[in-house]
Amino acid sequence: MAHVTAQPTRRQPAARAPLAVAAGPTRRRRRLLSRSVGVRLAWFIVMLAFTAFFIVPVIWVFIAPTKTDHQLIYWNPLAFGSFHTFLRTWDEIYAFQAHELLVWLWNSARYSVGGVLLALGCAVPAGYGLALTEFIGRRVLLSITLIVMIMPASALVLPLFLEMNLLHLSNSAWSVVFPFGFFPFGVYLSYIFFSSTIPKELLAAARVDGCSEWGVFRHVALPLARPVVALVGFFAFVSDWTNFFLPFVMFYTDRQYPLPVGLDYLISSTSAFNPVTSAANSPVVRPELAMATLVAIAPVFIVFLFAQRALVTGMLAGATKE
Amino acid sequence: MSGTTSLPVPVRTQGRAGSGRAGGRHRAGYAFVALYLVLLLLFGVLPSVYAVYLSFTKAAGKRVSLGPITVAQWAGLSNFFATGRDFRFLPAFEHIGVYLTIWLVVLVVLVLALALLLHGGVRRAVPFFRFLFYLPGALAGSASVLVWAFMLDPDISPWHFVLSLLHYSSMPQTLAPGHLPAIFALIAFWTGAGGWIVVMNGALNNISDEVIDSAKIDGADAWQLAVRIKLPLIKRWVIFMVILAFAAGTQLFVEPQLLSAASLGMVSPSWSPNQLAYYLATQNGNFNYAAAISVDLLIVGLMAATLLVFRSKMFQID
Repeated sequence: MAHVTAQPTRRQPAARAPLAVAAGPTRRRRRLLSRSVGVRLAWFIVMLAFTAFFIVPVIWVFIAPTKTDHQLIYWNPLAFGSFHTFLRTWDEIYAFQAHELLVWLWNSARYSVGGVLLALGCAVPAGYGLALTEFIGRRVLLSITLIVMIMPASALVLPLFLEMNLLHLSNSAWSVVFPFGFFPFGVYLSYIFFSSTIPKELLAAARVDGCSEWGVFRHVALPLARPVVALVGFFAFVSDWTNFFLPFVMFYTDRQYPLPVGLDYLISSTSAFNPVTSAANSPVVRPELAMATLVAIAPVFIVFLFAQRALVTGMLAGATKE
Repeated sequence: MSGTTSLPVPVRTQGRAGSGRAGGRHRAGYAFVALYLVLLLLFGVLPSVYAVYLSFTKAAGKRVSLGPITVAQWAGLSNFFATGRDFRFLPAFEHIGVYLTIWLVVLVVLVLALALLLHGGVRRAVPFFRFLFYLPGALAGSASVLVWAFMLDPDISPWHFVLSLLHYSSMPQTLAPGHLPAIFALIAFWTGAGGWIVVMNGALNNISDEVIDSAKIDGADAWQLAVRIKLPLIKRWVIFMVILAFAAGTQLFVEPQLLSAASLGMVSPSWSPNQLAYYLATQNGNFNYAAAISVDLLIVGLMAATLLVFRSKMFQID
């Protein structure tokens, strides 16, 4: 979902406005100061209430593994347990079926990285080709790309499952890496980038200087395209890493699962949500599940934290049409 | 440079050794899109075509040979009728309908309210709040469902005061069948709203200061400004959001699947149409039925996407 939501702003002709607004903030601020303190207070209260809604669950996941299941129930939900318990929780989840969590982590990593590399290798040249070269069928391809980009990716999951069954590819890494590599949103992002930021004259000049078509792309366009490569890579990574439905239908042995499917497996095989039936025989209960969730979200979370400034700027003001 | 290259003739009149080059560039165009085109055909077009083929044939029937290939027997619309009559079919679409209604209303109202509040509020605090609203997007997919399974467990939830206000004292009570559409809408809002708030905020920032200032000079208060001036100017983004959220919402799968596991099967394994299709394929081994339902869903997604691409003026091609 995240990748689709991010996209429309960059399409807007005047998407540069958020940066341009910087011209008038002092005027605006003075106006705000003149407003009553009560209005501003109310504003902050509403904002903080929604912030609580969005952020408290995230904080809770970080805190839960520091407590035992018993403490989860009887302590304040947002009270910190101990680092010692955190390590013990880790030991329990690590021990689950011979460190299967790390197997899932490794699977997630290789499927996602494979998918991202394939998506970049296809999408960036394709965006360039669609934006800066002419060929018969270009507009048709562009329209199809837009349609497939807007159609929810999960609409293709069951058809892909049926296809992979036919090809005897299900339960192999390729059954998810190939579909991950098909990333029309990345093609569209690259298309917008190349058609709006790289002047055709620049490419023409390179051709006059004797550059081949491939040379023009490789030595002129690609070095300038680093921002869009990063952006496509980010969105592909987030959508591949968090994808559940596709790997869920493709893999039928748990050693092949990526983390999101592993979480489902953990819930069903330990029934940690029903401690009455499971506490006696399974060391994997709610704190361990929260720990597994932490492992599952960590990479995307870190990328979100560190790339946020670039991302919001990219989403809002990145590539604008002249 | 201009559009001359699309027509071979004008290029030749340029008088350079251009004709060969332009032909080469033509071919280069294909080379650049080739790899993407292969993936588009193999993992976009082919699976759709195969699903349509399966949905109109029956595996049990006798195979028909058409020249070099043999195909399964034509079944007409019988798979569509048979799945339509399945006792789980209508409930699944009903569930989705209720879920979509709640989800779209909540999405539109709250995203617009928050985006307008952000836009009219204390400017320096905006990036901070916007980021915090966006952050749960990092937990998209099964992590978000798991987190909300915790949040809805009255034993351990930090929201237990809310849950106890509603008189829910155990997980089976919060996960009662009637609550599920609202719960899935809640989860979808939690992970997805932030991204849309960023988008709407960007759209609002595109409104020129002159428009807003002249409205103020005319005596508009904050409410009138938001409803009469700002909202109409970002209307197409709202339509865009609604269509995308609708298309994505019809595909619901991970939420009921995971909550079913977390609640020891309290949620039906065929709660949503996608689940039903998956269930028919894997439990009953009936790929034709599964294909029929996924074609139903594919058509809905395709219609939404086509509407947006060709009708909304959101995307100009070129």
